[in-house]
Order: sequence, then C-alpha cells, then structure tokens
Amino acid sequence: MYAAIVLLPILGSAITGLFGRLLGARLSEIITTGLLFCSAALSVVAFTDVALGDHEYIIQLLPWIHSGDFAVDWTVRVDTITAVMLVVVTGVSSLVHLYTIGYMHEDPHRARFFSYLSLFTFAMLMLVTANNFLQLFFGWEGVGLASYLLIGFWYQKPSANAAAIKAFVVNRVGDFGFALGIFGIYYVFKTLDFDAVFAAAPSMVGKSFVFAGHNVDILTTLCLLLFVGAMGKSAQLGLHTWLPDAMEGPTPVSALIHAATMVTAGVFLVCRCSPLFQLAPHAAEFVVFIGATTAFFAASVGLFQNDIKRVIAYSTCSQLGYMFAAAGVASYNAAMFHLFTHAFFKALLFLSAGAVIHSMHHEQDMRKMGGLWKAIPFTWAMMLIGNLALTGVGIPYLGIGLAGFYSKDAIINSTFAAHSSIGTYAFTLLIISAGMTSFYSWRQFLMTFHGRYRGLDQDHHHGHAHEEPAADDDHGHHHAPKLEEIHESPLVMLVPLALLALGAVFAGMAFFHYFVGEGAHEFWRASLVVGEGEEGHLPVWVELAPLTVTIIGFAIAYYYYILHPTLPKKLAARRGLLYLFLFNKWYFDELYNLIFVRPAFFIGRFLWKKGDGAVIDGLGPDGVSARVLDAARGAVRLQTGYVYHYALAMLLGVVALATWFMAMGGAQ
Amino acid sequence: MSGLPLLSLVTFVPLLGGALILVLPGASNARWIALGTTIVTFALSLMVWASFDNSNPGFQLVEKLNWLGGGISYHMGVDGISMLFVVLTAGLMPFCIAASWESVEKRVAEYMIAFLVLETMMIGVFCALDLVLFYVLFEAGLIPMFLIIGIWGGKRRVYASFKFFLYTFVGSVLMLLAIMSMYWYTGTTDIVALLASPHFPPQMQIWLWLAFFASFAVKMPMWPVHTWLPDAHVEAPTAGSVILAGILLKMGGYGFLRFSLPMFPSATEFFGPMVFTMSVVAIIYTSLVALAQEDMKKLIAYSSVAHMGFVTMGIFTLTHQGVEGGIFQMLSHGVVSGALFLCVGVVYDRIHTREISAYGGLVNRMPIYAAFFLVFTLANVGLPGTSGFIGEFLTMLGAYIHNSWIAIFSATGVILSAAYALYLYRRIIFGTLVKPALMTIQDLTAREIAILAPLVVITIALGVYPQPVFNVTTPAVAKLIQDNKTSLAFDHAKKVAIIQKANAQ
Repeated sequence: MYAAIVLLPILGSAITGLFGRLLGARLSEIITTGLLFCSAALSVVAFTDVALGDHEYIIQLLPWIHSGDFAVDWTVRVDTITAVMLVVVTGVSSLVHLYTIGYMHEDPHRARFFSYLSLFTFAMLMLVTANNFLQLFFGWEGVGLASYLLIGFWYQKPSANAAAIKAFVVNRVGDFGFALGIFGIYYVFKTLDFDAVFAAAPSMVGKSFVFAGHNVDILTTLCLLLFVGAMGKSAQLGLHTWLPDAMEGPTPVSALIHAATMVTAGVFLVCRCSPLFQLAPHAAEFVVFIGATTAFFAASVGLFQNDIKRVIAYSTCSQLGYMFAAAGVASYNAAMFHLFTHAFFKALLFLSAGAVIHSMHHEQDMRKMGGLWKAIPFTWAMMLIGNLALTGVGIPYLGIGLAGFYSKDAIINSTFAAHSSIGTYAFTLLIISAGMTSFYSWRQFLMTFHGRYRGLDQDHHHGHAHEEPAADDDHGHHHAPKLEEIHESPLVMLVPLALLALGAVFAGMAFFHYFVGEGAHEFWRASLVVGEGEEGHLPVWVELAPLTVTIIGFAIAYYYYILHPTLPKKLAARRGLLYLFLFNKWYFDELYNLIFVRPAFFIGRFLWKKGDGAVIDGLGPDGVSARVLDAARGAVRLQTGYVYHYALAMLLGVVALATWFMAMGGAQ
Repeated sequence: MSGLPLLSLVTFVPLLGGALILVLPGASNARWIALGTTIVTFALSLMVWASFDNSNPGFQLVEKLNWLGGGISYHMGVDGISMLFVVLTAGLMPFCIAASWESVEKRVAEYMIAFLVLETMMIGVFCALDLVLFYVLFEAGLIPMFLIIGIWGGKRRVYASFKFFLYTFVGSVLMLLAIMSMYWYTGTTDIVALLASPHFPPQMQIWLWLAFFASFAVKMPMWPVHTWLPDAHVEAPTAGSVILAGILLKMGGYGFLRFSLPMFPSATEFFGPMVFTMSVVAIIYTSLVALAQEDMKKLIAYSSVAHMGFVTMGIFTLTHQGVEGGIFQMLSHGVVSGALFLCVGVVYDRIHTREISAYGGLVNRMPIYAAFFLVFTLANVGLPGTSGFIGEFLTMLGAYIHNSWIAIFSATGVILSAAYALYLYRRIIFGTLVKPALMTIQDLTAREIAILAPLVVITIALGVYPQPVFNVTTPAVAKLIQDNKTSLAFDHAKKVAIIQKANAQ
C-alpha cells in the first residue's frame, strides 16, 4: 500500500505528460491533483501507523543494479523520519497542485506544468523512501531534473533558462561530492544499504583509508563528501548561488521545491545519516560552521532585496542554515522539527507572495507595492501568520507560540547547550540572524501591505534603473494596476493558504512533544539518533534572546518603512560599501563567473583550436599529409594527389618502423 | 534451433540483401529491400539472444569451418561480452535505414548496399573467433564507412574521410603485424585457443599490446588520437554518424576486452596508469572542448569521446563493476548517441545547417521533438533512471576501487557534461522563436516519431531495469577477470622463477 504513495504521482505525471494534449488542461489538473491527494491521504495513514504507531516497513519493488557483488534494489522504506517527510512532501505538494489550478489558469501549457509538478513529487518521494544510498541519489538527481524543468518552465525568458541551467550545474557540483561519498561508502562497507552501513559504522571509528593520495579518517571523509552533496541541494554557502535565481520559476514551484521540500533534502540526508555523522565529530563541526555561516550570510543578503520572492528565497537559505547548525550539534530531531514546521510556514509565505503577485498582475518589485492590506485582506492575514511563524513569535515559559517559535528556539537552544566553541559560534550567529530575519520579514510585510501604494509612481524605475542591477524579468511588459483594480485571488488559491496557515500556527505546538520533547525517543526510534536532551536548565537570557532580537528587528523595520519611508531610498542612493556588498549578495556570482564559468569556456576554446587543431592535427594527420606532400613534391612524379598513394607511403614507413620495433622486441 | 548456423545467418543476411539490391535496382526497391533485410537481421539477432545460455561464460553458437589452412579457420561464436553488441548492431540498423529514407536522394541503391555490407562486417567482427577473420572484417568495415562519408558526406567530406582513413589505417597496420607475430609464436590464430593459454612472454606482450592499442585507441577514440572523429561525424550523413558513434567506436572497446585484457595481462597491468591518464584527460579535455563548440554534431562527437573515456577507464580497472560498467556504457552510448545524432538529423533535414546559432526556440513549433531531444540529452548527462547513468556510475565505482584519484577526476566530467549538454539544449530548443528560417519548421513526422520512440523506451527501460544486460554479461565478465588474474599470476611466477634462476647462477 505504501508503495502507492510513491507511484501514484508518477502515474499522474506520465498520463498528463504523454496525453496532456488529448486530455486538455482541465482533465490533466484533475488527474494529477486527485492522485496527489490520494497519495497525501495514504501518507497520513503511514504517519499514524509508522511514526505514532510502532511499525516499520521495507518493501522491495525491483532489482536495480546487480553487478558482481554490487547489488542495489528499488525499495520503499517507511520509518519515522520517512513518514515525517512523506507528510511534508505529499501535504505541501497536494496543496500546491490545488493552488496552481488557480495561479496558472491562464497559462496555455498547464498540462505540462502539472506533469512536471507530479514528476517532482515522485522523485522527492523516491528520495525519502530510499533504503540505500543509490536510490536516494536517484531521487536526488530526479528532483534536480524537475527543478531544472520547472525553473525553466517559461522557456521564452532567457533569464529563466539561465537560472535553470545554473541550478542543475551547481547542484551537480554538490553531486560530485555526493557521488564520491557513495563510492567511498561502497569501498569501505561493501554495500549501500542503510541498515548495513549504519550497523558497520561503529567498527570504522578511528580507522583511516587512502583517499586522493592521503591517509584520512574514513568516517570524517565520507561524511564530508556526503555533506558537499547536501550543501548543493540545500543551497548552503558556496553552493547557494542557484537558489535566488531559481525564483525565475513560477511561484508554486518556489513554494514546493525551493522552500518546502527539495531544498530540505540535504538536511534529510544528514539526518538520515545521523548514525554516521554522530561518529564523525570533525565533519559535524564543519556542518555547524557552514550552517551557521549560511544562516547569517543569507539573512544579511535578504535585508535589502526588493523582489518579494527573493527575500523569501534568502530567508529559505538562511533557515536551512539553522537546520544544518542543529544537525551539526547532534540535535537531529531539532533539525527535522524545523524542517517540518518550516515547510508549512515557508510554503505559506511563498504562496501568499504568489497571491500578491497574482493580484498585482505579475509585479514582484516591492517598491511598487504598499498599502495592499485594504485590497487583499485575506492574503494580508495569511502573510501575517507566515511572518509570525517564521520570526518565531511566542511567549517563553508559557509555551504558546507559532510553529517557528518552537522549532527555531529548539535549534538556538541546542547550539547553546552544545557548550563547545563551534556551538558558541553558531549560537552567536543564529541569534544575530534571528534579528535580521525579523527585520527583513517585517520590512517585506510593511513594504507590501502598508504605507502608501506606489504602483503608479512614474519616477521609480527611471531614477534607479542605472544604479541597480537590472530589475528581475517578470513576465515582460505590463503596468501595475490601480489600487482599486487589485482583488483577492480565487478561492482555489486561498483554500491551500488557509490550510497551510493552520499548519503554521499549530504544527509546533502539536508536535513539540514528539519531535523534541519527552516523546522523542519513542517517536523517532531507530530512524534517527536522538540526543539525551539535557537542555532543561538554560539561562534566562538564552531563553529570552530570540524574542528580544525579533522585537528589535521589527522595531527597526517599522521605523524605516512606516515612520520614515524616505530614509531607505536615501540610504540606497548613498551606495555605501556595506550596502553594495549586501545588495550584490557578497559578489559570489561575479566571483564564480570570473574563476569558473569564463575560464571553462576559454579553456574549452583554447584546447579545441590549439590543442586539437594546432598540436594534435598539426603534428598528426595534417602535418603528416603536409610532409608527405613536401616529400612528394621533392621526389619527381610521385605526386599524384590521391589519398591512397599517400596512405601507401605512410604504410611503407609505418611497416618499416613497426618491423624494426618488433625485431627489437623479439630480440630481447 | 541449434541446427541453424544462426551467427552466419545474422552476419551474412545483410550481404544477401545487398546482392538483392544489385539485382533489383531502383531507389524505392533499394529502400524497401534494405529495410526488410535489416529487420530480418534484427529478428535473427534476437533469436541469437533467445538461444543464448546466460549461465555459460564461454563461447556459444559456435561454428567452425576450415578456411585458409594452416590453422586459420572460419570460426564464429559469441559470449556474454560480444553477444549484445551483435544485437545492438542489428538493432540500430533499421533505424539508420529509416532515417535515410528521404534525406538520401542520390545513389540510393549504392548507399543502401554500403550500409548492408557495413552491417555484415560489423556483426562479423563481434562474432569472429579467429584473428585473421577478425582482422579482415575489422578492416573491410572501413571501406564502406569511408565511402559513406566520402560520397554522401558534407562539404569537407574528402578531408574528413582522408583523416578517418589515415588514422584508422595506421592503427590497423600495426595490429596486422601483431597478429602475424602472434601466429609465428603460437602457430595458431584461433582466438579460443589463444584465450585458453595466453602465455606470451611479458616483453612480447608489451609490443603486442601496443600494436593492438594503436588500432583500438584510434577506433575508440582515445585522446589524443580522437581528432578524426569530430570531422568524420560532421561530414558523415546522419545514418553514418549513428553507425560511427553507435557501433564503430565500440569495436575499440570490444577489442580491449577480447584481446588486450585476457591475452596480454602483464602488459595491461603495466600500461594501466597510462590508459587511466588518457581516459581522464579525454573526459575532462573533450568535455571542455564540447562546451566551446558551435556545431551540433561536433559537440555530440566530442561528448562521445568523453563518454568513451569512461569506458576505457572502467575496462582497465579490471574490477567487475568497472568492466561491466564499461560494457554497459558502450551499449547505452550506442543507443543514446545514435539517437542524439538522429535528433540532429531531424533539424538538419529541415534547415540544412548544423550551426547551433542558427537555431533557438524550437520548442515553440516542435514540442514533441523537444521532448524526445530532452530525454536523450538527459541520458547523455547520465541522469539516474536513464541508461546513461548506470555505465557511468559503475565505471566510476570501479575506478574508485582501483584508485580514488581516477574517480575524482572523472567525476568532474559529470559536472561538465551537464554544462555542455544543457547549454546545447538551451540554445537549440529554448528561447523565443525569432529566426525567420525557423518560423515554418514542422514538428516530427510519424516516421520520425516511429524512429525515436523505441529508442526512448530502451533508454529509460535499461535505466530502470538493466538486469537483462547484466544477466548476459556477468558470467563472462567474471570469467574474464578471473582468467586475467590467473594469467597474471602465471606471468609473475615465471618472472620470479627467472629471477631465482639468475640469482642461483
């Protein structure tokens, strides 16, 4: 039965992909969405049966690759961590399918879009239900493919095409590490099955093997290689550059893939491999370092973005950093908890932003919004809930708050409780990031919904066009509507928002006990390494710090964007170094272009023209033919101009040469 | 069924078809006879597969007749390594004929005859169990290919066919010398006999290995003797490219597996590092070069060289996964690169240029084409779930087991392949349709869909469930590796004995 959870979406994808044009858009929507809801219902059954109940399933589907003693099968594994992911993936995916019916209702290629969405869901489900590293890798690349297709869905846009390729190729850089990790695991453990690898891991502690010519610790190396893969998929510092660009895709894609599910695959991988990371403390420290730094980096870049979706994209990047920081300090359950709650409120935020964009006739620049709360109060309320959940608003000690309050604080507390230097580093950065999160979230909220409506301001782009990077291509030419023309989105889009809002409000409260509270051991069982949870006695200031910085962040945003709305423009106009540094995303794209992308093309051209053309052909066939021609011109009447004659001359020479070699060889 | 000389049938039926075209000339006749013949041949090759016993690692369906005397015989047979290449060759041929249906207009009868003769030669190469027979077929195959490029090729066809001929010819001559010296040394050219006791002195192995290597490395082609391939591909007609990439390149890999590894184990061990270096350079170098290409066919040709780099890398690791991955990669590449060249042919037939910059936005008018092209592009990139992944993965796994450096370098090719393949796809398929020449371009015809659809099915089916291939290859690969180890141990023991003898004196 649980195999159906995975297979129903691919069925829908295949039907609409192959026969979408025959079926028509409406029928395609119904088929894919309907199958996804079936899958989601089964996932809830699986969650109660497996996570809350006491079962675990491993279903063999088909052998995949059997070569010598290497054997890998297609399987569906359902344990608690999988069950959690199943609920997240199918839940968000089915709501996004529903939402898309409204959001994309004007697009002539809807059938294709739904096919891609279901394909994505299938790949993601293959990833989370894998019982071995290779099937996980299959899902991993599969979601990468779906992401590529969906980012580039509007193929007329050059920027979307570029973003799609960038996403795929940057992810491949991560996969490079992941693949080497898989090879290494097979080399060391002679299997790729999770249970066998994890069972054998303790016997490898402290042992070393030769990797890239060096004698290195086995588990540290393997964990680091796997983590490189996770960094690519989860857009962590260094391999994050694709995620903001991925916002070129339609908004439902951003919500499903680039917020709630695919980008969390890296976190899932680390948590799934918690028995390995548990035994590799140095690798875990690196995870904390990257996670915390990313949380800080992305939040800082999010401060000054003007595209409503890019703000949320950087926010996602930052929140993923939180999850990694937690996983690195061995609070895997806190990481999974944040993954779980984040899926609800971030999908909510993205879909709300999508509703705003939909109402604004595809305008994404927040400088052209403002005062929208009157026109679209429901969307306003949804965005408010999303922001409250993201910034983690709640009342300490009473234990009442929105989703982010529980999960984010659990992470921050766990880094403090780690009592290590890297833990302190993470704690400091995460607190600062929490403040910045609050600032950019409320800045975005206030710029969009409050203040003066700026959609019809004429001077805006003229005044700034030259001093800021080209505004994001948002569907070509259009004019912002008048405020009176802005209406709420259709019901089919608002219902998913309401359901996600429920999750954003209650998911933390309802599941705290199971994910990170007293019930954690019984909940996760063997699927995750759960710490002993000795964080009962945190200093008061630690408990209060997150809320404090959140309030400060809100206050600053309110000051700049409501009380003195002209100030930000002036600051931007002054173009301070720090502002430019942050606005240009720490110049990562420029740097990578300079050291990777352009040299690759240059070297390619050089090798082609000089290596192949001048050297190999010059010394090889062209040179030989030229020499033969010279010789032929010299030798009277030998020049006939026929290829065969030159070949004959060649042949004689070669035969002589080879005979000499053979004679020498035989003589020895 | 065992009564029929199946291998001789599958080899020579195409030749009979060619003779029939001579008797019944005319373009239309030629097309239909060629198509019918290749389909019959394909059916026969499937009968070969059906009567193949997977559990037997040795040669099967063996036929042996006295031929030239002196131990040189007409000896045919297939094992788990060669059998699927026969099926691949016979399987690709009908597609080639169908793809040439309209695009070849001049000298149709001669064209079809050339292809049918070529098919006989290629299948024969994979079935031959006698060195002389192998050599004759191996070389004779050059002639029809040379003619196909030289007569039905593009503008620079003479240069291309010259280059192709020169490169392959040099290699062949060296191989002939090696075959002759093997005959002088052992008194037989029978491959089965040579495999049974492959005990050439290590010094001699070095020379023999090099001579065979010269021929196979050019065929493969390995860096740096690959430069004939892009030119040959560019000038060859579509079907010629399909055969070149799909089958002819595989003869090099097959040769390594059939001769170099089992017959010259010490030399194989000795030259291993050199082959790995060349393979890794091929993967990185040609991937980078592919990135810079402006001609579709050249780009795919360079990507073929990179993919063949994975094959040589895997084969010479002498691990089960590496060798089996290499075989799988060859089979998969035969289908995928063949399909990619067919895809290029589709738009070339319409617009008559291979310049990438002449295209753009094709998806707007050719959505079905875009979908097909995407599947093959992804298979070329080695996406899991397509056949392209399995070979790449297994060869890299084998390489890692052998030496992690090789795997690290070759894995960078995985990043680069994504870059060049998707960049190509973007430039041709995506974007807006602005070029005037493309405004009236038509999507795939029923004939073209019928050609490409089966290849999509095979690509995905083998990616999800490759067991039918592994069932055939596993016993033979296991035997190959075991034999290699045994002979290597024999060589080592002999060397030790010589040293001991020298010390004792």
